[in-house]
Amino acid sequence: MYDFAYHKPTSVADAVKILSSDPDARPISGGQTLLPALKHRLNKPSAVVDLSGIAELRGIKRDGDKLVIGALARHGEVANSAEVKAAIPALAQMAGTIGDTQVRNRGTIGGSVSNNDPAADYPSAVLGLGATVVTDKRRIAADDFFQGMFTTALEPGELLVAIEFPIPEKAGYAKMRNPASRYVMAGVFVAKTKSGVRVAVNGAGPCVFRQADMEKALTASWSADAVAGVRQSADGLNGDIHGSAEYRAHLVTVMAKRAVAAAG
Amino acid sequence: MNVVTPFEGIGASVKRKEDLRFLSGRGQYTDDINRPGQTYAYILRSPHAHARITGIDLAAAKAMPGVVAIFTGDDMQGIGGLPCGWQIHNKDGSPMAEPPHPVLAQGKVRFVGDAVAVVIAATKAQARDAAEAIEVAYEVLPAAATVEAAIAPGAAPVHDGIAGNVCYDWHIGDPAVNAAAFKTADKVVEFELVNNRLVPNAMEPRAAIGDYDPTTGEYTLYTTSQNPHVIRLLMGAFVLQLPEHKLRVVAPDVGGGFGSKIFHYAEEAIVTWAAGKIARPIKWTADRTESFITDAHGRDHVTKARLALDKDGKFLALHVQTLANMGAYLSTFATSVPTYLYATLLAGVYTTPTVYAEVKAVFTNTVPVDAYRGAGRPEATFLLERLVDVAAMETGIDKVEIRRRNFIPADAFPYQTPVALQYDSGDYQSTLDQALETSGWAGFEARRAEAKGRGRLRGIGISTYIEACGIAPSAVVGALGARAGLYEVGTIRVHPTGSVTVLTGTHSHGQGHETTLAQLVTDRLGVPLAQVDIVHGDTAKIPFGMGTYGSRSLAVGGSAMVKAMDKIVAKARRIAAHLMEASVEDVEFDRGTFRVAGTDKTKAWGEICLTAYVPHNYPIEEIEPGLEETAFYDPKNFTYPGGCHICEVEIDPDTGKVEVVNFTAVDDVGRVINPMIVEGQVQGGVAQGIGQALLETAVYDENGQLLSASFMDYQMPRADDLPPVSVATHTTLCTHNPLGVKGCGEVGAIGSPPAVINAVVDALKDYGVRHIEMPATPAKIWNIIHGGHRMAAE
Repeated sequence: MYDFAYHKPTSVADAVKILSSDPDARPISGGQTLLPALKHRLNKPSAVVDLSGIAELRGIKRDGDKLVIGALARHGEVANSAEVKAAIPALAQMAGTIGDTQVRNRGTIGGSVSNNDPAADYPSAVLGLGATVVTDKRRIAADDFFQGMFTTALEPGELLVAIEFPIPEKAGYAKMRNPASRYVMAGVFVAKTKSGVRVAVNGAGPCVFRQADMEKALTASWSADAVAGVRQSADGLNGDIHGSAEYRAHLVTVMAKRAVAAAG
Repeated sequence: MNVVTPFEGIGASVKRKEDLRFLSGRGQYTDDINRPGQTYAYILRSPHAHARITGIDLAAAKAMPGVVAIFTGDDMQGIGGLPCGWQIHNKDGSPMAEPPHPVLAQGKVRFVGDAVAVVIAATKAQARDAAEAIEVAYEVLPAAATVEAAIAPGAAPVHDGIAGNVCYDWHIGDPAVNAAAFKTADKVVEFELVNNRLVPNAMEPRAAIGDYDPTTGEYTLYTTSQNPHVIRLLMGAFVLQLPEHKLRVVAPDVGGGFGSKIFHYAEEAIVTWAAGKIARPIKWTADRTESFITDAHGRDHVTKARLALDKDGKFLALHVQTLANMGAYLSTFATSVPTYLYATLLAGVYTTPTVYAEVKAVFTNTVPVDAYRGAGRPEATFLLERLVDVAAMETGIDKVEIRRRNFIPADAFPYQTPVALQYDSGDYQSTLDQALETSGWAGFEARRAEAKGRGRLRGIGISTYIEACGIAPSAVVGALGARAGLYEVGTIRVHPTGSVTVLTGTHSHGQGHETTLAQLVTDRLGVPLAQVDIVHGDTAKIPFGMGTYGSRSLAVGGSAMVKAMDKIVAKARRIAAHLMEASVEDVEFDRGTFRVAGTDKTKAWGEICLTAYVPHNYPIEEIEPGLEETAFYDPKNFTYPGGCHICEVEIDPDTGKVEVVNFTAVDDVGRVINPMIVEGQVQGGVAQGIGQALLETAVYDENGQLLSASFMDYQMPRADDLPPVSVATHTTLCTHNPLGVKGCGEVGAIGSPPAVINAVVDALKDYGVRHIEMPATPAKIWNIIHGGHRMAAE
């Protein structure tokens, strides 16, 4: 780890001020991505801005037909939250499968979504539910937020503050884990919402994406059988020592079936 | 009257004495040790698999804060290379190619991770900062990571002057007899397979501290080693030219080895030598990435085999041709693994009358390959037990029946195999019967049908294996090329009040020796377990020792203790005879009590011990005071544990994921001292065997970069990958050591991989699968089920 300055602001405004004034400063919440990178000397920030002292980033609350989860909500909190379990059980279930106990007690939803690791879990829930990402400056629709591998609509210095999830009629998530890392190799989040059926795929490609053919099939008939015949193209999907793009494409259909079955 | 509870002796599942300190965080590992004035070393390593070093610029690095010294290969030119401990000879009788293994690279690097320079600084971070400021100019050369690439025509030589990258081309068996037997065969089964390369991944990374006292000229090395005396001998005599009395090697608590901490590594020599140069202690501790790219890897064989059978399925002949990857340099015992620890096991538990094996060891631009839990024997077992299953499949003979027909019968021991070894004992039919019964083999088809109803493919696999432990005797291994003796040393130090300290040349790094070895003393001398301590791992305390590997500690080290206890008892009986005014011949000793035979005259253990040290009433003219004895024990033969492993798997055809749902191990490890520890050893071995079969593999790309260089890509077994393992023993005693023990440390890793793969192949039998290479990953199985085509889920 290289030396860096350390800041622990207590307000979003102060955090944003530090981050905006120094393009080489990095925010840290649970540190589940940034800390390993620092330890491996793969990242050399001038300063680390610790968000853990900012009370306004905390909290999980029901707000009418929305569930609002603060950026600092840890995976374990989301998994065990009565509010989340009641409103979007699939989201609580997903959070309970991220990493291991230690990771879930450190990692946060804001960190995961801002980082947009292609093999992370949360991005498919955010996209699959059509959530809104709230930052210190604006509100960004999920469809506009995830832009590519480790790339989002967040601008330098812009901080994710909360995520607003519309409460779906039904939702389900299924994933195949990478055998070694246990990150997502192919995951599918399905949701039946007021604005229609949404299907988001994570792990399989360089960035979470919506599966239009499956959305169409499920709109016509909400059943596992409806997606069973929908093939995911392997073009552009990831291939590595753990599995080819073709294998991941196949898994997308398998996981879609299981996600629908889980959603009920 | 016995002073001891019978539950602490041989056969008692007493809890491990060492666990209190391990489980409460009070273990003392190398990295826990800090010496006054200590500095820290960081090793700059090659990012290239093969390159010439055309220049090293240290100027900027030397000016960095905290830097004490920087050394490169130029500074160590007068230092010997790391030695190889076993010389193999080629078919034509010439010795193997044995290129130098410099401690720091001399003009060339040969694998990613090869040590180029060492930076010593006041802190670890400063050392690493300075290392990043070193500029090394490399001329990158073509690299070969696989044996096939390295022996291909035109492949770049890993070592100048070694054409074709062949270290040796060795054989065992009689080729003419073998070829003749094939001519008489009714059926020949041909088979090719790979034994996948593994990364040992002990929980504790390697570490070393070099310390030098300029007032005495004495060096001390603290190191994560399975055999400190061997390190002292190799490093002192061959690398640094330091005499033993000026070199102390301490291997304190060690967090797992699995073979990877047997070997003498460059870092040990670097910190010891450099500590002398700077006259300050130097600590080096590997991080996990360094462990992946510098700890010796295991396995990595490519093999072709042919098995000849008669019309009844009796094996007539076996011919095996193996290419074994040595990596870039010869690690300490690398050369013995694919020869005397592999090909000599190719008779297995079968009566195959002729076996001919040819082994070509090949240099590649990869981490050196050496012994890893099982070392050669898992490779032999995987080959044989897969081959037997394929033979069953192709002859239509039931896979249990074909094994039974070929087993060495229980009344045929001692049994001379055609590949040098003479097995002393075993009962393979009975072991098999017990495993079939425990696993519910007969009811399997009903379970397969039930699984099919759930959309799962269920399979069952069997492996009937033998292995060889406690490699010995010294004279024989010496004749075969070993440059070391393979005896063991034990000292029994009886204190004046009767408690006992044992000094053993074996080393415990997870095996539980502090308990098992103490039980031997309790059983024999009647001293309560709490009053017996086992000391190991320090050349300043232990007379000598060869360390722990090859499941040898009990069979060889325990036997040395028995010999030393024989001497203790003999002397104590003389003292007792004197005190009881009886003749020595009439004095009996049983677990703590000396008795004049046929009388009620007795003396307690403690009384005799005190008398030995307070010799007021003592036959001082005949016996020296004190009660301490040392014995060296050189075994007459290997020991031959064997057994039967049965595995049941279920495959999810949609994802290709294999779940091990049932695992039965019935092992013959000879006499069992502590059943709980044996069960743990077998479970751990099975975990590593399942790891090899389903999860683990070291993958290099064509440029020699290790792609699976972290736990993100190298899949270690986790608790939820493993089934409950049913462990049982079926004992036949070793006939040539005083304890009748055989060894249990490796059986799990040796017997299990073929049982797992045989089960996977069985589960996929409707897909026409003959073999699946390890690890049987979900993607690989999906490719088999779906023919590699793009398909939607059904």
